[in-house]
Amino acid sequence: MTTPCAIVGSGNIGTDLLEKLLRSELLEPVAMVGIDPDSEGLARARARGVEATHDGVDWLLERASDVELVFEATSARVHRANAPRYEAAGLTAIDLTPARLGPSVVPSVNLRDHLDAPNVNLITCGGQATVPIVHAVARVCEVPYAEIVSTVASLSAGPGTRQNIDEFTQTTSSALVDVGGAQSGKAIIVLNPADPPILMRNTVFCALPDGYDEDAVGQSILDVVAEVSRHVPGYRLVSDPAFETDVYGTPGGVVPARVVTLLEVEGAGDYLPTYAGNLDIMTASAVGVGEELVRARQEVPA
Amino acid sequence: MSDAPAFRLTDSTLRDGSHAIAHRFTVEQVTAIVSRLDVAGVPVIEVAHGDGLGGSSFNYGFSGTDEMDLVRAAVEARTQARIAILMLPGIGTREDLRRAADLGIDVARIATHCTEADIAEQHIGLAKELGLEAVGFLMLSHMISPEALLEQARKMASYGADCVYVVDSAGAMTIDDARRRVSLLADELDVDVGIHAHNNLSLAVANSMAALEEGAAQIDGCTTGLGAGAGNCPTEILVAAMQRSGIPTGVDPLAIMDAAEEVVRPVRPDQGIIDRDGLLLGYAGVYGSFLLHARRAAARYGVDVKDILLELGERRVVGGQEDMIIDVAVQLERRAAQARAGQDVGASA
Repeated sequence: MTTPCAIVGSGNIGTDLLEKLLRSELLEPVAMVGIDPDSEGLARARARGVEATHDGVDWLLERASDVELVFEATSARVHRANAPRYEAAGLTAIDLTPARLGPSVVPSVNLRDHLDAPNVNLITCGGQATVPIVHAVARVCEVPYAEIVSTVASLSAGPGTRQNIDEFTQTTSSALVDVGGAQSGKAIIVLNPADPPILMRNTVFCALPDGYDEDAVGQSILDVVAEVSRHVPGYRLVSDPAFETDVYGTPGGVVPARVVTLLEVEGAGDYLPTYAGNLDIMTASAVGVGEELVRARQEVPA
Repeated sequence: MSDAPAFRLTDSTLRDGSHAIAHRFTVEQVTAIVSRLDVAGVPVIEVAHGDGLGGSSFNYGFSGTDEMDLVRAAVEARTQARIAILMLPGIGTREDLRRAADLGIDVARIATHCTEADIAEQHIGLAKELGLEAVGFLMLSHMISPEALLEQARKMASYGADCVYVVDSAGAMTIDDARRRVSLLADELDVDVGIHAHNNLSLAVANSMAALEEGAAQIDGCTTGLGAGAGNCPTEILVAAMQRSGIPTGVDPLAIMDAAEEVVRPVRPDQGIIDRDGLLLGYAGVYGSFLLHARRAAARYGVDVKDILLELGERRVVGGQEDMIIDVAVQLERRAAQARAGQDVGASA
């Protein structure tokens, strides 16, 4: 039995999400909602046999009883307006925008703590890619400070990201602490215009305290990468985690070492190009969240 | 000194120079350097972490002293000079800019890679809102054509920048490269155009003087050249060369020479030597601030710094991607290990 879902937003993200949901064994996209009658995404949904409308969320809310989960792939502003209406209609919202109304979740890290939340948000692409690594280290030793650098192809950074770049760094650095478990954090984003476009790259630096166990930290990172790559197949280590010793005066205090994890995210190429791993990891994580919510609901019959 | 200066000089010793000493400037050094530059007549002095506000990090190096303490010291030490900061959207945030504005800075220089001007819209906008002079800073300008650069410069001007800089972050521009870019921007923009030159090809002063001929209204220098990579356009040499050419600078040549020798030279006595690695950055077009990081990675992983720099050039990495230095070093190390293993197998076969 599959769980009926709706996608709100028929742009690049919504359309890529549609393709992924069509492959899911647990979730079934039954509706796609947009506002533009000429939307390519809506046409694609119809071609795939998914009901699609350009009449906005009113249309969806009239059919709320046919749907359980709604994926918001619009903008923070639109989601802020829609969220209370979803909740009133009994729909669980998985938010891919930067609105951050509900708890921030990463499927492999903390989703289990928020299974009852009416609204969960997916942080940022950099957050989805790097928080699991911070968590991997933080579960075996203290992480006084974590820092990440996400580099994305210029072509994959839309106007929303460009005009709100501080939102990316601030939201991601908060998640390194709140979700990843570091004591302090910093996030950096770099856009690279190289042609052909580069795959999304993420580098995670975790400060390591005295007495850290290199084998335990390394193994924990490998385990988490394997786990994330189950729902994001293009997520991989470029090389083994590198342990570097020195005297590092971090914002979380002076530490004797750091572990540097170099990651690459290749997109599945469903609708978006493969270099746009930053967008793919959002849609793939959204599906991961949806599937895990459904699994949890099926495990615990109401 | 009665003639009005032909351009406005910004000295970035305390920002770009920060790269050359792994971001270890102290309050005492800032106070001493600002005081001397101020007395010599330098009109704008830039202070920040080398990678701009918020740059203190694993990736770029942690600041020895909180940059806000350095900015405060600079504001307190100046009498006539305007104090500038640099920030790179994606690294620093508007919050950092607000804090610096509260300390009394006058100029906010907002830097992006030369193709990514639109990530600076909010920051340039905020700078203007805070009553600051705003400068747009297009890094690694050698990587794109003058026409493409103009398109990006227009964006920065449209966001409110009072000046847009052609920034030769890799010291890769020939005199002709600098001329063509500055000339097109100066012809087409209604705002000032500036040049920020590095000395990897020993052309920083020449490029700056050529830029002035093409219409640049602002020029950057660093005293003794203290700066990323092979160093910047040395302020005292620029001033002396301009003076010899009959071009008024507004800066006292002897006072700036003394300042260079007495308060900046001791910070890093070997500044000014263009060694192979510094030259390679310019030759391969690699972001200058990668140099010290590449040397550290080369030592740590037992690989050649030359190979790291050339590979970074091949990959066309941009400013801010210092993490790729570790990536390259780890891969070179692995390749070398595989080659050794291959030889062993070959020998035993």
